[in-house]
Amino acid sequence: MLKKENKIFKNLYNEYGWEIENAIKREDWKDTKNIISKGRDWIINEVKISELRGRGGAGFSTGLKWSFAPKEVGSRPHYLVINADESEPGTCKDRDILRFEPQKLIEGCLIAGYAVNAHICYIYIRGEYLNEGKRLQDAINQAYEKNFLGKNACGSGWNFDIFIHYGAGAYICGEETALLESIEGNKGQPRLKPPFPALVGLYGCPTIVNNVETIAVVPTILRRGGKWFASIGKPKNTGTKIFCISGNVHSPCNVEEEMGIPLKDLIEKHAGGVIGGWENLQAVIPGGSSMPLLPKKVCDTIKMDFDSLIENKSGLGTAGIVVINKDQDIVTCMARIARFYKHESCGQCTPCREGAGWMWRILDRVEKRKATFSDINLLSDVTKQIEGHTICAFGEGSAWPVQGLLRHFRKEIESRCREEPLIKKKSDNPYLVDQHLLENKNA
Amino acid sequence: MSIKKVHDIQPKEFKFSNENLKKAEEILNRYPKKSKKSAVMPFLYLAQKQNDNWIPLSAMKYIANFLSMPYISVYEVATFYTMYNLAPVGKYFVQVCTTTPCLIRGADKIVKLCKEKISPNENEVSKKGNCSWMEVECLGACVNAPMIQINENYYEDLNEKCTKEILESLINDKPLKPGSYRGRTNTSPEKKQTLNGENHA
Repeated sequence: MLKKENKIFKNLYNEYGWEIENAIKREDWKDTKNIISKGRDWIINEVKISELRGRGGAGFSTGLKWSFAPKEVGSRPHYLVINADESEPGTCKDRDILRFEPQKLIEGCLIAGYAVNAHICYIYIRGEYLNEGKRLQDAINQAYEKNFLGKNACGSGWNFDIFIHYGAGAYICGEETALLESIEGNKGQPRLKPPFPALVGLYGCPTIVNNVETIAVVPTILRRGGKWFASIGKPKNTGTKIFCISGNVHSPCNVEEEMGIPLKDLIEKHAGGVIGGWENLQAVIPGGSSMPLLPKKVCDTIKMDFDSLIENKSGLGTAGIVVINKDQDIVTCMARIARFYKHESCGQCTPCREGAGWMWRILDRVEKRKATFSDINLLSDVTKQIEGHTICAFGEGSAWPVQGLLRHFRKEIESRCREEPLIKKKSDNPYLVDQHLLENKNA
Repeated sequence: MSIKKVHDIQPKEFKFSNENLKKAEEILNRYPKKSKKSAVMPFLYLAQKQNDNWIPLSAMKYIANFLSMPYISVYEVATFYTMYNLAPVGKYFVQVCTTTPCLIRGADKIVKLCKEKISPNENEVSKKGNCSWMEVECLGACVNAPMIQINENYYEDLNEKCTKEILESLINDKPLKPGSYRGRTNTSPEKKQTLNGENHA
């Protein structure tokens, strides 16, 4: 369990007020000038010592990412972009940071901006979070009034401006290159990597893209030392993390805990336990909808950190925990996730655009007990054909949950399938690409 | 990808109001001078707000001229993102989150209520009052599931009873307050565990 004094986000539920005066009382903006005066190399090195891994899902080392930015500013300016396009089902941690701890984020932006030589920072907020965006703008204005931003920000001699850019309801814009496309005023379709954004990013300039939570913990790490942060949690999976526990639990909540906390503790101590008791647990999605689910047997002992979950063929992702108990139909739940991915595919790569629809339609058939046994292998085949054959990680994100379902609940699926198709086709037409439009409304 | 249809009846002309012209100038200052195109998304929001929460084709043409970019690029953006409405919606636009975390807390019951109270079909302005509703994907408040968004506000921790009250208040044009309907502070855990499958929708 995380000790109270080690909590970074003390105002996660807005008990003490979000305004800048209250934030300063909680030691935000303390010694910021001093931290910046220690120089870029010190900041990046301290973040490396802390072993902070990106909180947006991929878990890439933050210090390492920052060190990829060119050391000297050439003919092109550098940019810092904050990814607040939080749309992963099961995740709502960034919303609380934007609403209640905005100064942590703003201070983090200034420090990170200085560390990667950026004078301008864009915060990309999803369009639905309009109220949260307004709150953040108020907080930014308050910081400008105190001269913490703008020219000679915080007395550090560094000029720094923050602008908010709203998304408009596209999940794919959470992918970093799609996000950059979106800021440039295009459709949010991901770019091929390499070149990585650290060298060719926004407007073709070196750009560092980080998640809200990653940036918001940086000021505290620098104030208390990288070693302090590294001492919490497990080696290589250090620090604290905000877990979002939703679904069939007694009191769903957001909670900050140390990395590597057992999943059972998290659910029973913080979220009031599974509805119907622990024995009534069916499965848990550990890291937002794109991570494969874990059956109850694994949930008994699993620890919540990047490496333990990868060992169990899942992932920490964004730490959005969705608890599913035995009252729910697991196939319905996963079919709904497949429908989510079908809806959100950007349509750029064929395997993902078509495959996401195939997966949903097959799962929909299974849910309605209209599928045949051959459909199960077809489903498995489709997931394999999407995975690894797309420009961005959306392909994996849509295929993994279905693979997880097949891995752990194959018997459940088989029990709903039949040998022969329910309706035999009258004619043997070749499969049309948009045949699904005839079969399902709004497909 | 969502299916979005452009509305049949289109106004002939569109112009930013004076107030929005000022805002547009302000928005343009956020982006580098060479990259005026970046302002297309905020501009579409301005146009949508000015035109009763939907974007006519003439507004897209106007924005294309304003930013000196091809009309098709504006059209592309307006049709790609789901939050730009290309056809009229109600004065109270109800968006029901139905993705898995909300679904397992009973979002289907809320959809049913919307069908009863507002209109049997999505994106249809109600006969009584001025409302429309649609199913949307995850709105990012999973801990407060099930939830709906009405215009820009989140209504959280719903059950059937309070959803009914909220929808009726919209029809009567006196919307209730947004926020949690179980009286909890934001996303904190509730101490009293009275829930046990009954207290939520």
